[in-house]
Amino acid sequence: MGQNPYDRVKLARDNSRPTGLDYIKNIFQGFIELHGDRRFGDDAAIVGGLAYLNKSPVTVIAIEKGHSAKERAMRNFGAPHPEGYRKALRLMKQAEKFGRPVICFIDTSGAYCGIGAEERGQGQAIAENLMEMTTLCVPIVSLLVGEGGSGGALALAVADRVWMLKNSVYSVISPEGCASILWKDPSKAPAAAASLKLTAEDAKSLGIVERILPEKDLGTKAFYERIRALLSEEIGKLSKNPDLIEKRYERFRRMGAVTEFDIASAATWPVACGNKGINYEHL
Amino acid sequence: MALINFLKPKNKLEEGGRTAAPVHEDEGEPEKKCPNCHKDIPLSRLWSNGLVCTCGYHFRMKARQRIHMVTDKGSFQELFSSVKSGNPLLFPGYGEKLETMRSASGEEEAVICGEAQIGRQKCCIFVMDSYFMMGSMGSAVGEKIASLFEYAADHRMPVIGWTVSGGARMQEGLLSLMQMAKTSAAIKKHSDAGLFYIVVLTNPTTGGVTASFAMEGDIILAEPGATVGFAGARVIEQTTKKSLPKGFQTAEFVLNHGFIDSIVPRREQRKLLAELLKMHRGG
Repeated sequence: MGQNPYDRVKLARDNSRPTGLDYIKNIFQGFIELHGDRRFGDDAAIVGGLAYLNKSPVTVIAIEKGHSAKERAMRNFGAPHPEGYRKALRLMKQAEKFGRPVICFIDTSGAYCGIGAEERGQGQAIAENLMEMTTLCVPIVSLLVGEGGSGGALALAVADRVWMLKNSVYSVISPEGCASILWKDPSKAPAAAASLKLTAEDAKSLGIVERILPEKDLGTKAFYERIRALLSEEIGKLSKNPDLIEKRYERFRRMGAVTEFDIASAATWPVACGNKGINYEHL
Repeated sequence: MALINFLKPKNKLEEGGRTAAPVHEDEGEPEKKCPNCHKDIPLSRLWSNGLVCTCGYHFRMKARQRIHMVTDKGSFQELFSSVKSGNPLLFPGYGEKLETMRSASGEEEAVICGEAQIGRQKCCIFVMDSYFMMGSMGSAVGEKIASLFEYAADHRMPVIGWTVSGGARMQEGLLSLMQMAKTSAAIKKHSDAGLFYIVVLTNPTTGGVTASFAMEGDIILAEPGATVGFAGARVIEQTTKKSLPKGFQTAEFVLNHGFIDSIVPRREQRKLLAELLKMHRGG
């Protein structure tokens, strides 16, 4: 298993990893898929519907990359269009209406970059999800299971808990994109991957995810059962939390690293960062 | 050197006046070529016209100039000016880049926030600055904007914002991505309190800013010809291998596709904003 960050990016992108539907089928029972955004179409890159987690109904939403070449093309390689994000939001609002928790599985290189996606408001669709998810009155747990590509991943990750698989990555830009913008050289992607701090361990120490899920037994029965048990427990706890929305607000409100410039105490940063008093030197 | 000269105040408008004072054109005065009509325009004439060419092309404008142009004289009081980004990931070259940007632009960060009056009506404003790392959104930009919406909610004030941004600031990695969620959460809180938010998109508004607070206004306006989009045009061309339609991702394009309310030339914004504030008094 590779240890440098770019190897981890390659692992996260590996076609043989379980995809969204594998998680849905193996963790939940009685999945019923629900299609369409009621506005334009049905995006095959995002799958959503109803299922049981143990014995409670939940809403599950997953970005699906597909396995075979044909299926991958049909799923647009897991790059959602605006209608995918709008379908996800529709299902979340439905979950809120019926008091069901929401569980999202995220695996995307990013929201699709295309003419139709821009014409139908990719930015607006993501923005609306970010805004609406902050006040959704039911628990939301999001799991990054492969690639967590920028805004296209965040649009399903404004959650009470965000977990990452050990070899998933979460980044503001792909290492290749970063290298070509900053250094005009996409072949410097490995250096960019190291600088971007995109591994699960980095995200956890930045206070952006709560839990890293081991994946030595990736795709086995035991692996899915472990996730099911963790989800059950966490959702049980979140469902009893009367301050769910405030806690979710605070969760994102404290993210970032800024200095308050003050001549009297100029050396006091970081004032606000992911974890109070975090030490970045080990990163 | 030429750029620095271009930034220096040259006349009343730039120093805070709003009226087109009679222009005294010197022999051999520096001129700027309009990228639209290709004519050379004397700088003083350009300044007196709010940096808009006679052909209607809108040149980019520094945040403080915009504040002077649009707010009532002497009404602007800056807020959160001491908030700055650090280099939390120790990203190679970012610390130096910030220092260079600070000395070149005279600003600490890519957004200026404050309280002001427009047509004698109080409001909170934020203005992004393209001269500071192309208005990219890092922790400080997110922190200042979120703080402004919280301040506005506490004081029951409307917010007006001008966006210009290349997107998230990749040198801050995931922390910059999280600013999209943080600002969206603060805007939702402000909105749920029944308060009014107008956003004016200026050239260019792209990436993570388009996918968050640029698309979350009650009313969304744009300057003529401004680039407005999520993905970069070059990236779309490379991904889809298609040539892009004429006028793709312009203010006119997003207006035609239903994502903004109106296109408003710079010189007409003050009057319209005052009118909109008046219609939403108490909100």
